[in-house]
Amino acid sequence: MSDDAIFEKLSQCAVDVLQVPPDKVVKEARFSDDLDADSLDLVELVMALEEAFGISVDESELDGIETVGEAYDLVKSKL
Amino acid sequence: MHLGITESGPVKGRRVAITGLGVVSCCGIGVGAFWEGLLGEQQQGERQVRDFNPLDWLGPKEARRLDKFAHYAIAASQMAFDDAASSSGTLDVAPEKAGVVISTGFGGLETFLEQVRIFNEKGAKRVSPFMIPMLMANAATASVSMRLGWTGPSENVVTACAAGTHGIAAAARMVASGRLDIAIGGGSEASIAPLTIAAFGNMTALSDDGMSRPFDKRRSGFVLGEGAGALVLEDLDHAHSRGAHVYAEISGAASTADAYHVTQPAPDARGAISCMELAIADAGLTASDIGQINAHGTSTPLNDLAESVAIHQVFGSPSPPVTSTKGITGHALGAAGAIEAVAIVLSIEKSLIPPTAGYEIEDSEIALDVVYGAARPWNPGHAISNSFGFGGHNGCLVISATS
Repeated sequence: MSDDAIFEKLSQCAVDVLQVPPDKVVKEARFSDDLDADSLDLVELVMALEEAFGISVDESELDGIETVGEAYDLVKSKL
Repeated sequence: MHLGITESGPVKGRRVAITGLGVVSCCGIGVGAFWEGLLGEQQQGERQVRDFNPLDWLGPKEARRLDKFAHYAIAASQMAFDDAASSSGTLDVAPEKAGVVISTGFGGLETFLEQVRIFNEKGAKRVSPFMIPMLMANAATASVSMRLGWTGPSENVVTACAAGTHGIAAAARMVASGRLDIAIGGGSEASIAPLTIAAFGNMTALSDDGMSRPFDKRRSGFVLGEGAGALVLEDLDHAHSRGAHVYAEISGAASTADAYHVTQPAPDARGAISCMELAIADAGLTASDIGQINAHGTSTPLNDLAESVAIHQVFGSPSPPVTSTKGITGHALGAAGAIEAVAIVLSIEKSLIPPTAGYEIEDSEIALDVVYGAARPWNPGHAISNSFGFGGHNGCLVISATS
């Protein structure tokens, strides 16, 4: 899967779960401040990513993930 | 409404004005469409709300995080709020003096069913972290208080099909006591699903042909409905001081239990009788003052018979005019009493009692003056609304034209 395809898929998950406009989902965007996501939103987003990419993300791996770009790196590392 | 009884007699509370109305029902969204629907043709089968778009009332994320029963509650409450605020643009109330009691029978059933499916098909790791806050029965009342920023009591009375009536009564009592200056009271329900149809059907509670025929000789059970009703209840002086339109008043309420059987009404109707008598006394009235009864009138053989026994006992013969709007709305369970309270307020506004749709053939065992065929003019005075729930819960409201 190309980097662009990965990002596109991740972005679609964020749009669906967080109900934000697609143009706000950029790598620099912070989940809490820019995308108005609370801790339960992030749990649901991780579930959506696991489902979409067929990966498994442990809770401990989410420490320090605050931006879309960091989430992208995490997903990519598992493919 | 009274606040209690002392040695010197009942202690009167503040007068409780109804200053805003909101309704989501199968026969119309908003009071104008709803009233036309009550005077219109009856449908067959489950009475689902049509043409409801949650995004008309909620942001996309808010809509995704709430069950349908909360969508209905928010829509009805926002309508009622906007209605009450229409004269001055604001309700002019301190957040801590405003509260909400939106009741329900079930809660977020659709969410629950969907998450059970996901659990079974995809496993525990895919169950939504939002399942609990979406399905909990207090989710609707919580979402309304959060939306409005009201920090007074936000509660929910869960008494099955009496919940909407008890919700309004609880909210009104808080205004009467002075705890709140403004409250939203109501009920919401969204639990029409193949599973509930099967369950109610196996109880033999449902109509065998999808027709709701309250008090009619051919009645065979109720038809499931859904929706929400909400009233803005306000200290009458507060309403006057901000120049609000006062539709009517909640003048009395009561709650009793049959303490007899979980689903069958007591054959002597003792709980329903005492509930009506207590509500009328709470309003400082006598039975002869009541000019309209909005019956529970579900269209089940046992309920309608027991209710007619109770009405006969309290009011004698002939009874005041009796209507059951469930001919049109079906039985919206925990929302029913709230939707019916809106119907009474509109019947006061319009000086018309809506007819009991589906009623055509008199049952010789039921000696009531049933309003049917066409709406009947009345001189708006005092009306009583009855609600009886599984569990033997009885709730009555007395709603009065304001004097």
